[in-house]
Amino acid sequence: MGDILGLVGKRLGLGLVILLVISIIIFFMVELLPGDIAQAVLGQGATEDNLAALRKEMGLDKPAIVRYLGWLSGAVTFDFGASVVTKEPVISLIGERFMNTLFLAAYAAVIAVPVAIVLGVLVALLRNSIFDRVANVATLTSISSPEFFLGYILILYFAVKWGMFPAISSLSDGMSFGELLNRTFLPALTLVLVVVAHMMRMTRAAIINLLASPYIEMARLKGTPPWKVIVRHALPNAWAPIINVVALNLAYLITGVVLVEVVFVYPGIGQALVDAVSKRDFPVVQACCLIFAATFILLNLAADVGAILTNPRLRHPK
Amino acid sequence: MSVFVIGYYTLLLAVSCLAAYFNKRQVFILAFSLTLVSFILGIVGGPGALKAVAVCAALLGLTAMVSYAFREFLIQLAESNVGSSFANNPPLKYLCLLVPAVWCLLAWIIGLPLGEIAFALVIIVVLLIAMTTETAKELRTAPLTAAFGMFVIFTYAIAGIFAPYIAPHGEAAVISSAFAPPDESMLLGADQLGRDMFSRLVYGARNSVGLAITATTAAFFLGAGAGLLAATKGGWFDQFLGRVADVIMSIPSLIFALLMLSIFGPSTPVIICAVAIIYAPRVFRLTRAVAGNVVVMDYIEAAKLRGEGTGYLIRREILPNSTAPLIAEFGLEFCFVFLLVAGLSFLGLGIQPPTADWGSMVRENATLISFGDITPLIPAAAIALLTVAVNFVVDWMLFRSSGLKEQ
Repeated sequence: MGDILGLVGKRLGLGLVILLVISIIIFFMVELLPGDIAQAVLGQGATEDNLAALRKEMGLDKPAIVRYLGWLSGAVTFDFGASVVTKEPVISLIGERFMNTLFLAAYAAVIAVPVAIVLGVLVALLRNSIFDRVANVATLTSISSPEFFLGYILILYFAVKWGMFPAISSLSDGMSFGELLNRTFLPALTLVLVVVAHMMRMTRAAIINLLASPYIEMARLKGTPPWKVIVRHALPNAWAPIINVVALNLAYLITGVVLVEVVFVYPGIGQALVDAVSKRDFPVVQACCLIFAATFILLNLAADVGAILTNPRLRHPK
Repeated sequence: MSVFVIGYYTLLLAVSCLAAYFNKRQVFILAFSLTLVSFILGIVGGPGALKAVAVCAALLGLTAMVSYAFREFLIQLAESNVGSSFANNPPLKYLCLLVPAVWCLLAWIIGLPLGEIAFALVIIVVLLIAMTTETAKELRTAPLTAAFGMFVIFTYAIAGIFAPYIAPHGEAAVISSAFAPPDESMLLGADQLGRDMFSRLVYGARNSVGLAITATTAAFFLGAGAGLLAATKGGWFDQFLGRVADVIMSIPSLIFALLMLSIFGPSTPVIICAVAIIYAPRVFRLTRAVAGNVVVMDYIEAAKLRGEGTGYLIRREILPNSTAPLIAEFGLEFCFVFLLVAGLSFLGLGIQPPTADWGSMVRENATLISFGDITPLIPAAAIALLTVAVNFVVDWMLFRSSGLKEQ
């Protein structure tokens, strides 16, 4: 048990280091701006006095490294400073929105993960049949479509033509849970379509990879039925790659959500990021990027840890 | 029960029975399960739903026929073995390649006429050089999906290269009122400013795909160059590049692109640079892995002992032995980049107006969707179709190059 903890600790440390490097990149990339933040926010027509006042307000008169350390120590306690456009604290702008995004991602994941794994096992069982080929073409099409294409098709049919679900997911306080699920169904379904296709293909590939191993041959020769070979013999060893794919796709759900949120006007953090980018509201952009990157790294870390836990061979690296 | 419904079920059942009689198991299962599904669909949706299924099946059949014919056409072309006559005559080869290429460059820089035709000639010559009997052998193994992919890529290339000749109106010309319905001069109606949708769609093939190809090429050269260097040099250089790639890859791509665009402003060079930086690490990893397998071979050792330099090793020994996976990777990267760029322009941060671009066309006309009009979806479908097509071709090439035969 001790060496597992050691390995997990090592991965955690590595993740922290990468996160630190990314925070440096995010912070110092803004320093590359022609002029500085104050100039970019106020535009070319700003007077010297205004510029000086804003610089002082944002602390731009201090050296970059001091500001970085201040920003980082604030970020650890979720204090990302104030927006330069609305002057509100960044966290009050994006805090609730982040929760909404997490809810949407969780909603999509709860549907997508079981469906993808069951379908993946099924196509692996029926490999090279006509169903497998149809599934191959269908999943490839789904992966290749931009999210906004899928989203608008769903809006066109489910909302405009058949009127089953609302096209715009406006959330309000005091909504019942069922109402909430109904309002966010279409964005969640869009995400599910993209993610299921990918997870299904990877699950199929992971299982088919294993089918060439001698122990599967043995199971087959002793007369085990095909579905049992896959469920009892292949699946347990395929868990590691499958967990990896699931975690990767969950990470995708949280970051790839940006386009879907814009299509459905969903009040999430992706929408906030896009607005901030077009308004050049750098504190918000930095905060959103850091949150997204941290989530991404966390989920990748979870994938690594999950792989180590399910595959004893990884515990003793050569 | 209309005549259509009776005919529909008769045809399906006839196909199932024939397939069963001639022992075509796959066709039988497909046809019969379609019959069963149709029973349910017919009860729920009525003849309308069955008609939709019939139209889909007819379209699918048409696509299959076109793909089949296109594949046979390519095979016939390759059988004629034009490529070998070029290969046996290097001066002819370089002459045929260089003259149109120089013409095309001059047309781009100083505005010579017929630049499009020169560009098309370059591509045609490259394709002709590839047409040998070996290619014919490869093409015979292509599944219909791959043939379909090649056909779609071919169509897009024609639309993109000859856009000014195909499009009936200019890409930014305002010719009618906003959202005017289709009429004789406008195939798909007008967009939100009264510009012809169809013309913009055709020009979009040039702008959107052109940007994606340029960005992918940039990413590819950066990543493949670094990967090859890392594999041949090894040591701390390799380690350093590997760590840099790790860090870049742990930032989600769309977020990283948004960060860079917010700082440097949305313009074409910035997009190309951003995409190159974001996607180079993926290419780097693959190239390093592929080249790493080649580097340990004996013939590399022999070349090193002969005293060859790094440049020679990369060009003459490693690259020829790792082209297949690299070409497939290029296709795959193109899909990712194309989707990312389309997403960025959908968010209004890609190619700036009035240049026609598929992603922003969807966004600008999205209001039409709430009136049940599908016109804004056409550019989105164009993006999806090209990505699917490239994916189909890549799928086949990966299958060929891995030699992977699933049991």
